[in-house]
Amino acid sequence: MIRALHRWVGLPALVLVTLLAVSGAALSIFPAAERISAPQAEQAMSVADLAARIKAAFPGVEQIRRSPSGRITAYWFDGGKPASAVVDPATGAATAPADPNPLQRWLTNLHRSLFLDDAGRIAMAAGAAAMLALAVSGSMLVARRAGGWRRWFAPLRGPLAGRVHVELARVAVPGLLLSAATALWMTASTFGLLPDKAAVPELPAASGTIGARLTSMPLLVATPVSSLRELSFPSLEDATDVFTLKTNAGAGYLDQGTGATLGWSGLSGWARVSETIYMLHTGQGAALLGLLLGLSALAVPVMGATGLLIWLANLKGRPTIRDNAAPGRAETVILVGSEGGSTWGFAGTLHAALTRAGQRVHTMPMSAFDPGRFSGARRYLVLAATYGNGDPPASAKGFLDRVAALSTAPEARLAVLGFGDRSFPAFCAYAKAVADAAQDKDWPLLLPFETVDRQSPQEFTRWGHALGAALGVELELDHQPVRPETKALVLVSRRDHGHEVQAPTAILRFALPRPSAWQRLTRRGFAGFEAGDLLGIVPEGSPVPRFYSLASGNRDGFVEIVVRRHPGGICSGELMALEPGGTVAGFIRRNPTFHVARDSAPLILIGAGTGIGPLAGFIRANTARRPIHLFFGMRLPGSDFLYREELEAWAAAGRLSSLSTAVSRGARPRYVQDALAAEQLEVVRAIRKGARVMVCGGRQMAAGVAETMARMLEPLGLSLAVLKAQGRYVEDVY
Amino acid sequence: MKTILAALALTTALTFPGIAMARPVTLTTTLKDYGGNGAYLAIYVTDPKGAYAGSLWMAGTKSKYYEHLSDWYRATGGNTAEINGITGASVGAGRRLEITLDLADALFDAGYTVHIDAAAEDMRDSPNEIAVPLTAEGAGQSVPGRRYIANFSYGM
Repeated sequence: MIRALHRWVGLPALVLVTLLAVSGAALSIFPAAERISAPQAEQAMSVADLAARIKAAFPGVEQIRRSPSGRITAYWFDGGKPASAVVDPATGAATAPADPNPLQRWLTNLHRSLFLDDAGRIAMAAGAAAMLALAVSGSMLVARRAGGWRRWFAPLRGPLAGRVHVELARVAVPGLLLSAATALWMTASTFGLLPDKAAVPELPAASGTIGARLTSMPLLVATPVSSLRELSFPSLEDATDVFTLKTNAGAGYLDQGTGATLGWSGLSGWARVSETIYMLHTGQGAALLGLLLGLSALAVPVMGATGLLIWLANLKGRPTIRDNAAPGRAETVILVGSEGGSTWGFAGTLHAALTRAGQRVHTMPMSAFDPGRFSGARRYLVLAATYGNGDPPASAKGFLDRVAALSTAPEARLAVLGFGDRSFPAFCAYAKAVADAAQDKDWPLLLPFETVDRQSPQEFTRWGHALGAALGVELELDHQPVRPETKALVLVSRRDHGHEVQAPTAILRFALPRPSAWQRLTRRGFAGFEAGDLLGIVPEGSPVPRFYSLASGNRDGFVEIVVRRHPGGICSGELMALEPGGTVAGFIRRNPTFHVARDSAPLILIGAGTGIGPLAGFIRANTARRPIHLFFGMRLPGSDFLYREELEAWAAAGRLSSLSTAVSRGARPRYVQDALAAEQLEVVRAIRKGARVMVCGGRQMAAGVAETMARMLEPLGLSLAVLKAQGRYVEDVY
Repeated sequence: MKTILAALALTTALTFPGIAMARPVTLTTTLKDYGGNGAYLAIYVTDPKGAYAGSLWMAGTKSKYYEHLSDWYRATGGNTAEINGITGASVGAGRRLEITLDLADALFDAGYTVHIDAAAEDMRDSPNEIAVPLTAEGAGQSVPGRRYIANFSYGM
């Protein structure tokens, strides 16, 4: 919801907000330049002295003004000709012309009204309101992403555009909030919507005499130059005219014959607030703040461009749904819970087939579920994948909470279809949780809970037949999974291990394919991956990709994975048969939860078998030499001690601090969790000091490690759940 | 160029019950090329004693800037009711403002004076830039201003 607001305010307002920010940044320079160049009055100088000096230099003086920067301008008539100058308060002499700077005037008119007068002012105020909405919604997104307002400056992960966008926002948001809010206030003041009228004292009758000395007028003597706004002299021809003095406290009149104060009116509270807000927005009188606001504004064009990139990249990641009916008019609502985008593909096929059958269909992410919006809905179809161990996929976050919050289930009937892979124990666990939650609410069912294994088109078609029968229409779902955009990867080298222990394993190194210009720009695909990300391989015999943890980053200049042949595995079989020079089709899938954090905290890496792949990548990339402790489990040192030579070299180079191995074959079998327990003291000490734990390997191993770790942490009063919540215990399990 | 036909409901000070005679008068104000944003102009009339009698036109719509038309502002207290219905846009540098309105005959040759206060953003305030007695003889005669106004005339 907040993200949608941020996006749909930001995109249309992009040009306007950028224009506001750039012109505002340019304008911020002027107050500082004025402050530096203007000669300042000495402390405690009185308006009487200043006026007398200027009057002596320019007998025809009509008005003296002091700008908030301290610059003093005099306006006078010389032989009937109007003249003006910036004057030096010390001498009363002219130092510079006072004509307004044409560039500043041009920029100001662009900034506040696009040269379009009132219509332009309203447009620019709308721009400021958009900026305010973006700053507020953006801050909430940053806080949410970082895990709370206290973690505002927490380090970030992910693609470059997103990082730049957020890093700039963190610094610039306070300035932008101030600029936008004060801009709206100033617009309201300009349109007379605020009661901040200037002070006007009642004018009593003047004495009608002339000739009082400026230096003997009590009010002028008592007023320091620092509080002066302007002093207007009486007309020379009119003896009943008066001096008008405006200061930062109010306005009053002085008799030109007696020098007496004739009336005084203080500034209203509203007027004072408006003046302060004017100063905050323009930097007039607060030049340094003005420059800071200008710098903040300079971040806006960059945030606009990166925001656009983020949006375009997300757009590319999911198929466009054609003929998406308005939510209020839809009979069928398809809710999609997808992590990598493949479930969106199924939803697209279902959407198209139902639309062809004459239905009005609305397709949307599960996370945006809100039954109030679907007044005409007759049925909800939930297509949900599962992330990790039964967690919701990215586009379904918060769905279960929303269902739980319903007082009664919608009348529209429900069908839940889970997508998953039966080789995982948590097969379709999230979709099942959705079905269970619906049952708890007595949500009427259209179809019983069903699943689709490994994107099987046959199972999907079968479910489509059942759905068609329930709706009374002929429904033929012919889904060809959208093949991800792959690159041909050429195998450069392979190192084989594990034949002796009947676990053929290979370290495969591919040449780094040339990324497209788009990918280079957005740091996506092969232009921006690191160890811990996933390499998707699409085997020849199946359209469904298999994923392998990467043991290298793009900076290493190659793509490396560790593969073990599974009996009957199509993909691992194909990879293990690959000889240098051969190719496979692959693509990058980011896996930011299993990245090394960008800090210097020590790492405890735990892996067994092929699980060493990403861990080796982390160590290889550890040029900053943070302490890394590796726990590695193998079967037999002579056979499957993967990366043995490299680990020795890395240890010598300071990239690896210590290595503990566990060997599971032999007289005394030991597993990696046993090695961990043997080093309990060291491990506990490191975790106390803030070390992060990263575990990679098979499910059984991960469970064993977790159990051991929990036992070790208990005396510390720490639990694995706490460490996981803090991102200090992460697993990549298969 | 701006032509406004105002069947002017002048304030009470300018209406003379019983003497309902009035004639259309055209006020023409041409501005200098002073190199600034559009000028605010207050056109008003004072009586033979020099006291404010009523307003004829206000060029400029934002009341927060009226304080810079200092004589007019002092005389009226900035009361926008004085210019209700006789307000138009500010006048750009080098442009001409032309207003046609009905003025009571009794105002002519009776000591009444037309004044114009002028001001532009970030530039000098120029109160009483024009002060011309309303006389039948003076009609059609061009009067120069001091800072912003190149010339002003009224014609019948």
